[in-house]
Amino acid sequence: MTKAARKILFLISALLLACVFWLGYSQMPPAGFVPSTYGDRVNQIVVPQRHITDAVTAVNFDIRGFDTLGEEFILFTSVMGVVLLMRWRKEPIRGDHEDKAEDRRVPPPSDAVRVASVLLVPATVLFGVYMVTHGQLTPGGGFQGGVILATAPLLLYLAGTFGQFHQVAPLRMVAFAEAAGAATYIFIGGACLALGGSFLQNLLPLGQIGSLTSGGIVPLIDLGVGLEVCGGIVLALLAFLEELVEEKEE
Amino acid sequence: MQANLFFGLSLVWASARSWLPVLPVIIPLFTASLIAALSRLLSQRAALALSLIAAFFTASASLSLARISLANPIVYWFGGWSAQGGKTLGISFAIDPIGAGLAAFASTLTFAALLFSARYFDTARNYFYGLVLSFLAGMCGFALTADMFNLFVFFELMSAAAFALCGQKTEDPSSLQGSLNFAVTNTIGAYSVLTGIGLLYARTSALNMAQMGETLAHGPRDRLVLAAFAFIICGYLIKAAVVPFHFWLADAHAVAPTPICVLFSGVMVELGLYAVARIYWAVFHPALHPLLPRLRLLFLTIGVATAILAGIMCYLQRNLKRLLAFSTISHMGLMTIGIGLFTAEGLAGTVLYALGHGLIKAALFLAAGIVLHRLQTVDEIELYGRGRETRWAAAIFLLGAAGLAGVPPSGLSLGSNLIHSSAREIGFEWQKWVSFFAAAITAAAVFRASARVFFGWGAPAGTQRQRTSKSEAKTETEAGHHHTPVWMWAPAIVLISSGLLLGTLPGLARGALTAAARFEDSAGYAAHVLAGVPLQTPVPNTGIAGDAWFGILVLLAAIAFSGLHLLSKGFQPPRKPAVRPLMFLQRLHSGHVGDYVAFLTLGIGAFGAACIFLVH
Amino acid sequence: MNFLPYLVSAWLFLIGLYGVVTSRNLVHLCICVGVIQSSSYVLLLAIGYRIGRPAPIFIDIKPGTPAVDPVVQALMLTDIVVEVTVMALLLALAVQIHKRNGTLDPNQLHAIKG
Repeated sequence: MTKAARKILFLISALLLACVFWLGYSQMPPAGFVPSTYGDRVNQIVVPQRHITDAVTAVNFDIRGFDTLGEEFILFTSVMGVVLLMRWRKEPIRGDHEDKAEDRRVPPPSDAVRVASVLLVPATVLFGVYMVTHGQLTPGGGFQGGVILATAPLLLYLAGTFGQFHQVAPLRMVAFAEAAGAATYIFIGGACLALGGSFLQNLLPLGQIGSLTSGGIVPLIDLGVGLEVCGGIVLALLAFLEELVEEKEE
Repeated sequence: MQANLFFGLSLVWASARSWLPVLPVIIPLFTASLIAALSRLLSQRAALALSLIAAFFTASASLSLARISLANPIVYWFGGWSAQGGKTLGISFAIDPIGAGLAAFASTLTFAALLFSARYFDTARNYFYGLVLSFLAGMCGFALTADMFNLFVFFELMSAAAFALCGQKTEDPSSLQGSLNFAVTNTIGAYSVLTGIGLLYARTSALNMAQMGETLAHGPRDRLVLAAFAFIICGYLIKAAVVPFHFWLADAHAVAPTPICVLFSGVMVELGLYAVARIYWAVFHPALHPLLPRLRLLFLTIGVATAILAGIMCYLQRNLKRLLAFSTISHMGLMTIGIGLFTAEGLAGTVLYALGHGLIKAALFLAAGIVLHRLQTVDEIELYGRGRETRWAAAIFLLGAAGLAGVPPSGLSLGSNLIHSSAREIGFEWQKWVSFFAAAITAAAVFRASARVFFGWGAPAGTQRQRTSKSEAKTETEAGHHHTPVWMWAPAIVLISSGLLLGTLPGLARGALTAAARFEDSAGYAAHVLAGVPLQTPVPNTGIAGDAWFGILVLLAAIAFSGLHLLSKGFQPPRKPAVRPLMFLQRLHSGHVGDYVAFLTLGIGAFGAACIFLVH
Repeated sequence: MNFLPYLVSAWLFLIGLYGVVTSRNLVHLCICVGVIQSSSYVLLLAIGYRIGRPAPIFIDIKPGTPAVDPVVQALMLTDIVVEVTVMALLLALAVQIHKRNGTLDPNQLHAIKG
C-alpha cells in the first residue's frame, strides 16, 4: 500500500476506534472515585494476616504470587531470546573498543564520567540491596531492586574499566545467577507444596511486623527475584553491548 | 518396608489433587531454568533429552487432569487464597477436559517437534530448548487458568517465547522481519486485552472470571461492558489470526524454523480461539445472553470472511510454508464459525476439528521440513519434480491433503459434522457451503503442490510469473542431506495417522459434547469455582450421525480442481478480469508492519463499533 | 476533569498506533509500541487511585486506614516487566535487521510479500 493509502485507512479506523473509546469510557465512574472492593479487602487483611506493611508487595508475591512467577519467567524467556538473537564474539574486549573508521581512535571516557561512575557504584549497590530486602516493608521489591543492582556493572562499563567489568559480571556467572533465581521461585513454591499447603502458600513463620524477616516466604521470594532480574538485565545488557563471548565447545 | 513404600506412594497419589494441577506449568518451567543454569555443562543431546522428558511428563500430567476433570472441573487455588463468600482474592486454575486436553495436545506436539529437531538442526544452542519449554509452559498455563490477568500473563509468556523462537534463523534477513511483524501485532493485541481487563476491573472489582461473570450479570448491560468485550475479544482474535488480524501469521510461518511452525499452527492459534470461547462463556454470557443472535451474526461474518479470503490466498502461494499457513488461517475461520454458533455441538465440533486439524497440519509442516532438509528449499516452483526421492514426505503430503479435505474418519470430518448439524438446527444451513469451499480449496492447494513437487505434473519452472515471495528457507539446515533420519519421518507418520483416524476413537465425540455442555454452563461454572457446588449440567443427547459423503465430496472437488489447474497451462494466473482482485489481495499482504497495524486498528474499531451499535 | 486520565489513556493508545503505522524507523516503531503500552498504565492507575487517600504502605500509617488500591499497582508492576521484556526483544530484532539489511526503514524492507 502507498503511504497515503495507509494513512487514510488508519485515520478512518482510528476515528472508529476513538468512537469506541468515547462511548465506552463515558460510562466509567470518574477517575479517583472508582469503588474497589478487591483493593479495600486486601488493604484490610494484609497486616493482620500476613504481617506485611507494603500491600503492593503482598499482592505481588503472596496473594497473586503465581502471576509474578509467570512474569519472572517472561523476563527469563525474553533474556534467553535476546541472547540467542544477538551476535557472539570470539574473544572478549580487553582493551579499548575499536572505532569503525580505522584512522580514528575512540576517545577515552572523560574523567568526570569515570569518577562519577565509580563513586556511584557502591551507592547503587547499597540502594539496590536495600530495595530488594525491604520489599515487604516499604515500596520496593525484587523487581525494582534487581534492576537497580543491574545498573552497577553498567556504571563500570561506562567508566571504561572493561577488565573490572568482566570480573564483576562474567557471562557464566551472570547466566547461572539468572537461572538460579528463576528456579528459586519454583523451589519455594514446591517446598510449600511439600509441606502440605498449596503451591506458594505462605507457610513460614510470619515474623514481627516491620522487621526484615516479616512476611513468611515473601523476603525469600524477593531475594530470588532480585537475583534473577539482576542477572537477566545484566545478561541482556551484555548481549546488546556485544560482550557475549563464544565458548570454545561445551 | 515395601508396604511402607506402597502406602506412602498411595498417599501421595490420593493427594494428587493438591499437586497435579500445577505440574503442567511447573515441569516445563523448572526444566527450562535447569537447562539454562547448566547450559555450559550440558551437551546438546543432554538438553534435548531433558526437554523430551519434560514434555512427556507434562503430557501425562495433563492427560491425567483431563481424565480426573471429566466429572467436575478441578479448581485449584494458589497460595491457599480460596474463594470466600463468593469473593476471590487469589488466583485459581479451573481445569476442565477441554483445557487439560489442549494442554496435553500442546505437550504432545512439543514432544514431536523436539524429536524432529533432534536431527533437523545442524546446530542449536541449549537456550533454544529452554525457549521451547517456556513456550510449552505458557500454553499449558493459558489453557488451565481461571483468572483473567493470569490468562494475560501466560499469553505474554507464550508470546515472548514465540517471538524469540520465530526469529531464530538470524542469517536469513526475512526471518527477522517476519518475527518483528509478529511481535508488534501480537503485542498491540495483548495491550488491547489489558485495556479491556482494566475496564472490567473498574466495573466488577474482580479478576477471577467466574466472579466477574456473576458481578456483570447483576449490573447494567451498558456500553462499557461491550467496549471491554470488544477490546478483550479482539486482542485474542489477533492471536487466533482471523481476518483482518491475520497478516502476521503467514509471515511468521514463512520464516520460523519448521518445528516451531508445528507448534504455531498446531496449537498456538487455536488457543486464541479457546480464550475467546472461555472468556465469553465465563465472563460475558451471564450479562450478554439476550444479545446472542446478533453476536452469532458478528462471529459468523468474521469466520466466513476469514475462511474464504484465506482459502483464496492459500491457493495463490508458491512457498509451501506460507501455503500451509494460509490454510491454517482458513481453517481457523471455520473454527470461528464453530464457536460463533454458541451451541454445545458447535463448541464440541470445534474442539474435535482443532484436534484433527492440529495433528494433520503438524504432520504437513514436518513433511515440509523433510523436503527442506533434503532439497534446501520450500519453493514450489524451484522444487518442481525434485521431490521424487522423498517418498515419506510425498505420502504425508497426499494424506494430509485428504485430511484437510475432511475425509472420514479424520478429526476434521468428525468436527465439521457436529458444526454442520448445529448450524442447521439454528437456521444457518448455508454454512455448509462455506466449509465446503474452504476445505476444498486448501486441500486443492496441497494436492497441487504435491503433484508439482513430488510427481512433476504441470508445466516446468520458467514458464510462470509470480508475485508472491520466493522462499528464503535455505539456511535452516546447512546443506542438502541425502537421507531422512527416522527421527524426522516417524513423528510425522504418527501425527498424520492419529489425525486421520481420530474419528475412530470410541466415546470421543460423546465426551467432547459433555465437556462442551459443561464449558457453556456459566452459572454452574461460577457456582463450582466460587462455592464448590458440583456441576449438574444436563448432557445433550443429540445424535452424532455423520455425513460421510460430505468429506468425500470435498476430496473429489479438491482433486478435480487441482488436477484441472495443472493440466491446463500450468501455474499461470487465471484469465484477465479475474486477475485484478487477486493481485490486489496479494498486494495487500505486503510484509510492511504499518499496513498490518492499520488493518488491526480497522479490525478493532469495526468490531467495537459493531458491538456497541448493532448489538446494543 | 475527572475523565481526563481516561482521555489521556485513549489518546496515547491512538497516537501510539499512528506512530507505528506511519513510522520510518524501526527503533521509533518500538518506542511507539511502548507508548501504546503506557496507555494501559495510565488507565490502570486512574482506576486504582482514590482521591484523598494515602498510599497503601502501612509502616507509617495505621493498618486498616482506607488507602489507594494496591491490586492495580501490582498489575502495573507486572505490566512494566512485560513491557521491558517485549521491548528488549523488539529492539534486538531491530538491531539484527539493521545488521542484515543496512536499513531501519520499514518501507525499504521488501523481503517478504504476498
